[in-house]
Amino acid sequence: MSFNLRKDSKGVVVVGVDGQLIVGNRQELKQKVLDALEGGAKKFVIDFSRTGYIDSSGLGVLVSLSKKIREQGGDLRLAGLNEDLQTLFELTKLDTLFSILKTPEEAVAAF
Amino acid sequence: MAPSALRLIVRRRGRDGQPLEFSLAVPSDLACVGDAVELVAHQCRTGPLSMRRLAFNLRTALAEALTNAITYGSRLDPAKAVHVRVEVTVQAVRIDVQDAGDGFDPAGVPDPTVPDNLPKEYGRGLFVLRHLVDEVTFNPKGNVICLTLRAG
Repeated sequence: MSFNLRKDSKGVVVVGVDGQLIVGNRQELKQKVLDALEGGAKKFVIDFSRTGYIDSSGLGVLVSLSKKIREQGGDLRLAGLNEDLQTLFELTKLDTLFSILKTPEEAVAAF
Repeated sequence: MAPSALRLIVRRRGRDGQPLEFSLAVPSDLACVGDAVELVAHQCRTGPLSMRRLAFNLRTALAEALTNAITYGSRLDPAKAVHVRVEVTVQAVRIDVQDAGDGFDPAGVPDPTVPDNLPKEYGRGLFVLRHLVDEVTFNPKGNVICLTLRAG
């Protein structure tokens, strides 16, 4: 399981979550995104296309990161959620806090 | 303690050798949650749950139960173990997670979906867990949570 960061030509940082985003690895994701934010990046997409499951700690870190990115004048978008993960965001009503796009390409293009 | 310290104890096996009842002690270290979840899910792979529910519902719900037990029950003390006991039948997978804490009142946990709580980082675990399994019960003290996922 790992997090892969890449910056596209528009300057959008796309973070791929491989495996799971849970209590044991959320700090790693948080630190990587905060480092990129400190480095000047403002636009972020988290790509869950290769993610099996996300627990509430993972959801919490997304809430926290979104807030910090917005405070810096940026935005965080989510993409690639499978049906179960989409349902997770809907039942927690976090779909109302995030822009959720179908694919990372769509999320990048929407900036 | 390293996640590799996890040891499964099989208490009962089926005719073809698959584990029907097993347990493990998980050190109260949040870094162990992922490995403990994978260990349990792997042992349940021949059970009554669909691949999808095994991959998502069981894993997420167990991660929530372990995180709560380690954080609030053991108060992150690695010397204290959280005990997981799993029973696999034709009808269901039943998982008990027991911590050494004083327990809590599940009815007192706030709804994380009300507008005031929505922007908070924490407080969704029990809510998520309740939606992913068919039945959640607690012992009277509140330090054992029992998750039931029925076949399908």
